Amino acid sequence: MTEEIFDCCIIGAGVVGCAIARRLAQFQLKTAVIEKGPDVCCGTSKANSGIVHAGYAAQPGTLKAKFNAAGNPLFDQVCHELSVPFARIGTFVVAITDDGIKVLEKLYQRGQENKIPKLQIITDTQKIRQMEPSLTPNVTGVLYAPTGGIVSPYDLTIGLAENAYVNGVQFFFNSEVVGIDIKERYKVIQTRSKEIKTHFILNAAGVHADEISRMVGLDYFTITPRKGEYILLDKKCIELNHVLFPIPTPISKGIVVSITMEGHIFLGPNAETIEDKEDKSTTTEGLNEIIEGARKLVPDIPVNEAIVTYAGLRAVSDNNDFIIEPTKVEGFINVAGIQSPGLTASLAIAEYIVELLENLGVKLSVKPNFNPIREIPPRFATLSNEERHQLILRNPDYGHIICRCEYVTEAEIKAAIHRPLGATTLDGVKFRTRAQMGRCHGGFCTNRILEILSRELQVPIEQISKKGPKSELIVGKTKDLWRITVEGN
Amino acid sequence: MAKPETKIITCIGCPSGCEMTVTKIGDTFQVEGNQCKRGEKYAIEEFTAPKRILTTTLQVKNGVLPLIPVRTDKPIPKERLFDCMKYLSSIIVPAPIKMGQVLVKNVLGLNANIIASRDLGEK
Amino acid sequence: MKEIKVDIAVVGGGPAGLAAAIAAREQGADVLIIERDFELGGILHQCIHNGFGLHIFKEELTGPEFAQRYINRVNELKIPAKLDTMVISISPEKEIIAVNKIDGLLRIKAGAIILAMGCRERTRHNILVPGSRPAGIYPAGLAQRLVNIEGFMPGKRFVILGSGDIGMIMARRLTWEGAKVEAVVEIQPYPSGLIRNQVQCLKDYNIPLILEHTVVQVHGHQRVEGVTIAKVDEKWRPIPGTERFIECDTLLLSVGLIPENELSKAAGIEIDPKTKGPIVTNFLETSIPGIFACGNVLQVHDLVDNVALEGTRAGEMAATYISRKLEVAESKISCLPGTNVGYVVPQFISSRAFSDKITFFMRAKKPQRNVYVEFIMNNQQIYRKFTKFALPSEMIKVNLPPLKDFAEKISDITINIIPKGEEGQ
Repeated sequence: MTEEIFDCCIIGAGVVGCAIARRLAQFQLKTAVIEKGPDVCCGTSKANSGIVHAGYAAQPGTLKAKFNAAGNPLFDQVCHELSVPFARIGTFVVAITDDGIKVLEKLYQRGQENKIPKLQIITDTQKIRQMEPSLTPNVTGVLYAPTGGIVSPYDLTIGLAENAYVNGVQFFFNSEVVGIDIKERYKVIQTRSKEIKTHFILNAAGVHADEISRMVGLDYFTITPRKGEYILLDKKCIELNHVLFPIPTPISKGIVVSITMEGHIFLGPNAETIEDKEDKSTTTEGLNEIIEGARKLVPDIPVNEAIVTYAGLRAVSDNNDFIIEPTKVEGFINVAGIQSPGLTASLAIAEYIVELLENLGVKLSVKPNFNPIREIPPRFATLSNEERHQLILRNPDYGHIICRCEYVTEAEIKAAIHRPLGATTLDGVKFRTRAQMGRCHGGFCTNRILEILSRELQVPIEQISKKGPKSELIVGKTKDLWRITVEGN
Repeated sequence: MAKPETKIITCIGCPSGCEMTVTKIGDTFQVEGNQCKRGEKYAIEEFTAPKRILTTTLQVKNGVLPLIPVRTDKPIPKERLFDCMKYLSSIIVPAPIKMGQVLVKNVLGLNANIIASRDLGEK
Repeated sequence: MKEIKVDIAVVGGGPAGLAAAIAAREQGADVLIIERDFELGGILHQCIHNGFGLHIFKEELTGPEFAQRYINRVNELKIPAKLDTMVISISPEKEIIAVNKIDGLLRIKAGAIILAMGCRERTRHNILVPGSRPAGIYPAGLAQRLVNIEGFMPGKRFVILGSGDIGMIMARRLTWEGAKVEAVVEIQPYPSGLIRNQVQCLKDYNIPLILEHTVVQVHGHQRVEGVTIAKVDEKWRPIPGTERFIECDTLLLSVGLIPENELSKAAGIEIDPKTKGPIVTNFLETSIPGIFACGNVLQVHDLVDNVALEGTRAGEMAATYISRKLEVAESKISCLPGTNVGYVVPQFISSRAFSDKITFFMRAKKPQRNVYVEFIMNNQQIYRKFTKFALPSEMIKVNLPPLKDFAEKISDITINIIPKGEEGQ
């Protein structure tokens, strides 16, 4: 094991951890990210709804409000630099009663306090129907926030991580933190297989942040997992122009009907407080709750067009707000309790961490050769036919379509494997290329992707997993089970 | 005096799927529950010596695919199917192969050959 | 971009496409097959079990044997095929854009197109099965491909959801390869597939067939550890208190096939929401003149023999179209599904088609025995056929004989399935 001592170690490679990593990569610091899962974006961020919130919803004076307002405007530049698709399509909070309008007015006031620009309440139902034809005819008014938008949470997290990595940040995967030893001059982060020395620790460990904090003797908050389930429908199965929110509940923004950058319609999340931090299962009740909630906004929502269902866990702190602060343990900074609007806030939180470190006396010299630009390989699905043709002449692997639902070619899958922080699992390929995300959800391409992964990584196909150790797909060759019986006889 | 033996057999001849009761007393058979003569014949065959066509794959050396689909050219006794599968799991045949080609002659002495279901070219 | 001109382009080289290409070629048309796999044959290569060809060849062939016969004929007729080539768009003007590694993008200008793209499988998410999302959940067809073609076992202990033929065939296949199939779970009160498969795939191996149940939860974080099943009511809703856990490491789904018509929809071809395939006339012509459809892309078949016959007809019709001998159906008669009929293909017939026999395919909604399939036009029964079995799992084929007498008073036809004794009411 190397004797190197990192300046900063970030625990957790979700969107917040990776945003901080990329920001710190801009300085001459030795930075590492330590992640429990096999890849970035395996925890809460994977199930994020991908909404870049305008910022009216958070209680003024909270960290949520502060970082939402500060984070939202940063998306244009960062997404452009990282080649992450992002669109400010605008959001509606939909009232379907007169009492609802009163709530809209309260949210509008809150928005003014939070200094959110361009908010407006629209009660002209004809205008609303023009803007959003699929919306329920029961609508009485909407709060329209033009600065709200959508982004793919995994595109963003992977983009941030890759850019951090090429600019010098080290990533350790399959490295669950099991202990932290505070020595005189540094701290030692213990995983099952290695020890990592560092001066600063940024605890961005999501639902496990309280456990990490306790490892250094800080037991002043608890993270409670609150599950949210989702249903994703086929592309463009309805016309949708804005993110649709219902009137919010005390604990959540409610069951949303939104759209992804690819045009998929998604419904959810609901909110259910649970105990088991590993429980990301969907439930019959949860899915029914989502369908019911979605129908209130879009009565004809075609649920039979469902392509995928999934769930994730919000990391909820005791006071329901973010916990972003240095602590009594010198060099240990908590970045915990990040739930909605965590994705929107992530870019601003990263900025704030820089401020924090400076205030703590860390010398931050800018790295002169930091490259903020992330190039991504051409994407067959979005090119014109002429561009596709030229691409194949240069690289014939672009002529071999592997995922026929999403038009993902062998070239893109190979690139996803060989890129910085390349894919090593089926999910890794999925989230980098969109292969397996379509209507047939891997029914056609899974065997082909398994073969490509096995060949490119030069490991037997039995070792290729869906999402890390113990999730391998193939148990052996056909005939192997008989050989075992024959030999065992 | 031979002890009567009874089995319940579902006919597969047509979608009626008659569940027949077949009783063997000595050398004679009593079939109940069938709606046609074909069913009766099937029931007696199933009772005395049920046979099945085995369809499986064999490993291939040097072929464009790693496996070739094969089948027995005649039905073999049902109770020998697993023995057959075990035996075949260790057979490797070289490409090229033509459909109908005998790949294993008289498998396990059961009077049936294992034949190829398709052409398979060499790599 | 290279451009190819051809009389008839066949999209898909499975049994439907092969039969269509052969029929069209035998009529003298110049044909090109476009196939995304490295060889012709389609899904038949992985269907290594027997039971194919009983009607056409009067023999019981395995899937690959059936395919090989058609492939041999294609080679005899020297019909060209673009392999490893994926069609990415079809235009209403019958221009196809396809992709492969060698040509790059290809533009194929066809006089007529025959759609033969087959189906995809319904997924776990389509039917909203709750629970975790571990490794070890496969559509049955993918598992079949892995076992029979790639040579890999996807698991050791299986539960199969759906008692359609593919689910039952896989139950036997996996058992033969040394795996354990714990149960086949079926939501209907009756099995979906052939009796023959129930006996030879399940009963033979004591694999329990659990009717009126469905999977209500998948367990396991990284890999499947088991499933919870529950009984359902007549509306397919799980009944609380009937839950039971079955330990397994793999869940196979055999819960239905969906005709793969993304290309057809993008071309503007009208799709029947009941079949999920193109609406066709008795010439198997879609709503775009000169584009024909056959096989599983048109309607989900049970017997490959019917797929091949349908393909042959589409090939003949496409060739007739090319030689400008296909009449434009001036007045089209609608063929409507009536009592206990889920769908009817073709959905339209030409008013002048009555001088020939017309082949109709349909499926019953609910199982019935000893029924008449009756054709009603102008409140009059113009034809009826007795059949002992009307099962949703077995497509019904009726050849309507030439009916010149009725050509005068043409109007829409409704097709009913009526129990014997209740006809004409």
